Amino acid sequence: MLQDKDRIFTNIYGLQDKSLKGAMSRGLWDGTKAILDMGRDWIIDQMKASGLRGRGGAGFPTGLKWSFMPKKSDGRPHYLVVNADESEPGTCKDREILRNDPHHLVEGCLIASFAMGANAAYIYVRGEFIREREALQRAIDEAYEARLIGKDNIHGYPFDLYVHHGAGAYICGEETALLESLEGKKGQPRLKPPFPANVGLYGCPTTVNNVESIAVAPTILRRGGAWFAALGKPNNTGTKLFCVSGHVNKPATFEEEMGVSFREMIDKHCGGIRGGWDNLLAVIPGGSSVPLVPAAQIADASMDFDTLRGLGSGLGTAAVIVMDKSTDIVRAIARLSYFYKHESCGQCTPCREGTGWMWRVMERMVHGDATKKEIDTLFQVTKQIEGHTICALGDAAAWPIQGLIRHFRHEIEARIDARHGARPLVAAE
Amino acid sequence: MAKIKIDGIELDVAPESTLLQACEMAGAEVPRFCFHERLSIAGNCRMCLVEVKGGPPKPQASCAMAVRDLRPGPNGEAPEVFTKTPMVKKAREGVMEFLLINHPLDCPICDQGGECDLQDQAMAYGVDTSRYAENKRAVEDKYIGPLVKTSMNRCIQCTRCVRFTNEVAGVGDLGLISRGEDVEITTYLETAMRSELQGNVVDLCPVGALTSRPYEFTARPWELTKTESVDVMDALGSNIRVDSRGREVLRILPRLNEAVNEEWISDKTRHVVDGLRTQRLDRPYLRGADGRLKPVSWAEAFGAIAAKVKATAPNRMAAIAGDLASVEELYALKTLATALGIASIDGRPALSGLDPKFGRGSYLFNATIEGVEAADAVLIVGADLRKDAPILNARIRKRWRQGGFKAAVIGTPVDLTYDHVHLGVGPDTLEALARGELAFAEVLKAAKRPLILVGQGAVARADGLAVLSAAARLARDVGAVSDEWNGFSVLHNGASAVGALDIGFVPGEGGLGTAGIVAAAGRGDLDVVVLLGADEIDTAALGSAFVVYLGTHGDAGAHRADVILPGAAYTEKSGTFVNTEGRVQLANRAAFPPGEAREDWAILRALSAVLGKTLPFDSLAGLRAKLYAAYPHLARIDTIAPTSAGDVIALADVGGAMDRAGFVGPIQDFYLTNPIARASAVMAECSALARARTTAAAAAE
Repeated sequence: MLQDKDRIFTNIYGLQDKSLKGAMSRGLWDGTKAILDMGRDWIIDQMKASGLRGRGGAGFPTGLKWSFMPKKSDGRPHYLVVNADESEPGTCKDREILRNDPHHLVEGCLIASFAMGANAAYIYVRGEFIREREALQRAIDEAYEARLIGKDNIHGYPFDLYVHHGAGAYICGEETALLESLEGKKGQPRLKPPFPANVGLYGCPTTVNNVESIAVAPTILRRGGAWFAALGKPNNTGTKLFCVSGHVNKPATFEEEMGVSFREMIDKHCGGIRGGWDNLLAVIPGGSSVPLVPAAQIADASMDFDTLRGLGSGLGTAAVIVMDKSTDIVRAIARLSYFYKHESCGQCTPCREGTGWMWRVMERMVHGDATKKEIDTLFQVTKQIEGHTICALGDAAAWPIQGLIRHFRHEIEARIDARHGARPLVAAE
Repeated sequence: MAKIKIDGIELDVAPESTLLQACEMAGAEVPRFCFHERLSIAGNCRMCLVEVKGGPPKPQASCAMAVRDLRPGPNGEAPEVFTKTPMVKKAREGVMEFLLINHPLDCPICDQGGECDLQDQAMAYGVDTSRYAENKRAVEDKYIGPLVKTSMNRCIQCTRCVRFTNEVAGVGDLGLISRGEDVEITTYLETAMRSELQGNVVDLCPVGALTSRPYEFTARPWELTKTESVDVMDALGSNIRVDSRGREVLRILPRLNEAVNEEWISDKTRHVVDGLRTQRLDRPYLRGADGRLKPVSWAEAFGAIAAKVKATAPNRMAAIAGDLASVEELYALKTLATALGIASIDGRPALSGLDPKFGRGSYLFNATIEGVEAADAVLIVGADLRKDAPILNARIRKRWRQGGFKAAVIGTPVDLTYDHVHLGVGPDTLEALARGELAFAEVLKAAKRPLILVGQGAVARADGLAVLSAAARLARDVGAVSDEWNGFSVLHNGASAVGALDIGFVPGEGGLGTAGIVAAAGRGDLDVVVLLGADEIDTAALGSAFVVYLGTHGDAGAHRADVILPGAAYTEKSGTFVNTEGRVQLANRAAFPPGEAREDWAILRALSAVLGKTLPFDSLAGLRAKLYAAYPHLARIDTIAPTSAGDVIALADVGGAMDRAGFVGPIQDFYLTNPIARASAVMAECSALARARTTAAAAAE
């Protein structure tokens, strides 16, 4: 259980002063110059020591990612790009940072850019985030005003920070599609390799990080990587913003230690499951793109990358979607299928053709208007998409359905039986 | 070189080559739709997935991954790629199923049938039944011009066409709009594409979404006789394949030749086909006393000519050859003219400054078309490349896209599809450049291989020789002419132009040139003028001369003619053509001339007998034997005889005064440059569209 003294986001609910003055009174921008003076290698070493894993969903170690950037520029500028295109259904952590605690991010951008030799950083804000963009821009303007950042700032490291407002496409949250969009092109993922660390924004070395990953960096560096590593569990260290939505009594976004148990987290922060723990049906623990986990498996599970991976799901963005027994689970997943069909960029074949196919079959299955053989076909289709696409959207579209079939096949079959009046299937055909 | 193991076969490949290329080298077939050698890599069809050992546990797109991206094994073993494993088979079947679920089952009525990548690969890599029970997607067909018919239900969104128009053609006409399963290829406002190369998207389309509109529902590929030939619509000699059925040429497709046209051809080359069928001269005609042309027999036509020729002094006779004549008939006509003592013969456009007496290097595209890619700066003088030679323009664009390349134009301002500086319009600018007053002079001097491209707009004028010499001087002074690089390059417009110069089809001692012949005939100083397919001259200005027209179409020349001798078009005869770089190429017969029309050399041979000056050959082989004996380089098909840089240096010293007028390209309408094109309804439609676009643009201003 996270103690208040270890909390990184101290104004996540916006109850206190959001301005630079307020942020500084809570300890932000304190000793930033000293951190920069420790040098690039020290910063990256500390980040590695902290064990911070990227908060955008994939959980790739942030320090390692930073270390991929070329140590010396070959003449090309380096860039830091912050992915604030938070569009994953269920996820609402970055928006709280942008809205209420943006100085974490601004300071983090300066430090991370310094660590990677970038003199400019771009924050790509989701199209729907109007107020969030305004709040962020206000914070950046304040930082410029106070000469915390800018060409000639008090830290002695020329640095510019730009906010770019997206146009509301889910795919632009994929790092290479985000870069395309940032360059003014159609937001479609690029082929990898080459990876952005080598050929990224405008063909230059670029690191793309999630808002939360960057925003926690200043605090980690101030308190030391060891402090962060001491929180949570090995390989799943530190604190994390969780966003719990769905059938809990008090849906909330809150900061909690990694590896907290699901039951403890729900009881402490969300007032328990609606209708009690016996009423829990299933949980999607990491945003819409990870497979669901049935109640029995999730109830006492530890909320961290490795445990949830072991359950055939993932921590993702820690967007916990709780579903009680009133949920039409097939319809819920069918709705997610529609989302992925709608948001597929249409570039590569399996995702373009497969997401529509899956959604249509799912819609029929909601009403049991299918055959049992089709459940296997659907599962095979998800396997045909998974791992065959340019980006991870194909995987994200396939996993929820795989989770559904794995755990709720009986539910789908029951509907098919009900629809066909429990007649033998042969007769129905 | 990097080592790689493909299906157990170890081989050495260039580290930058893709896995797909490496697999092909190892003899492993990899299916693909979106990948194309000449376009950027999209990696979106996912058909070329292969298994990579040591990589992530999922198949990799082999078109997008380079050999150097693979990591060797723990003990330094070569990375391994598999193309026949169950994982790969499953991946291909999966992708194929996805491609087919929304692809209509209309192969029986699809023009692509029989030459469809999707059809072939579905046979090889697909499964026999469909598991897709939903409705197929419907996509509206788009209008994208008169040449390309769309059937968008069939589109598999490989984006080859989009990449072609953006990258090769250099017009951003096509794009992929919307997203997910709603993506559509379109010109957005459904206007016609504006490129002269748009027909190539039909070849690129791996399915039947983009097919040739003029060719729609005409034939199946297996019914066609394929004849390899060369094109005569411009002086590049693009390599083509002529597809015919029976007596009729049905379509023309490009043939791969890296040195000339790669695998592109212009729309005129491709779609001139219907012009081969209409307005044809299929029997001899003689103008009667009433001033009307009457059909006559060959004997009557020859008799009329013989009567006139025998009554006329050689110095009152002349012959002009047009743009489409092959070397054989030029040689036959020249031999006949020499026998008759006629000095006034010319195969060049009016007022040309080109002359074979300055050596072959003075009138060839010395840098060669492929050599353009080695150049690092180009100065284009008096040429509108998109009209004169669109394929060459695409080649220059290709070079420009690689970077480190600067282009400048002297002449009418044009849109070349790549960045260039417009220096000025005429000789003044050329002189200023030579004096080093323009910044581009430094670019040319600094360039390792500068290219000075001289078009017909600069040399086909009264001061053509002076301009040519000035350009040669500039080339010499900026170091464009050396032993290892000759950047002085003349671009011709007529397919026959270089052949005519090569065999000296130019005025002899005291003879008149093309412009002189027309003027003299107009004054009444000439009594007999023979036109060998010469329609681009001012035929109305020939005065009262007796005009013999030997050609294929009822065009300007035939209208003015007193005797018409029907000849064979380029698809109906075997003929030698020398392209602008001096490459000797053979066109082959794909069909027979219509009606009583005959091959031109045979007509001239028959005529010579009637005139009592029988030519010394009676077969094409016999003609060629004489031709090759006189001009040995013409026997070396598909090669360029080396030219001497000294020709250009000598040309530079010729000098002469230049007129002040600006350079104007001879081609006003790209689609209507010769009798065949003017007889084509498709070309007329394209021309009208292009004209409407110019008018609309002018009106908008």
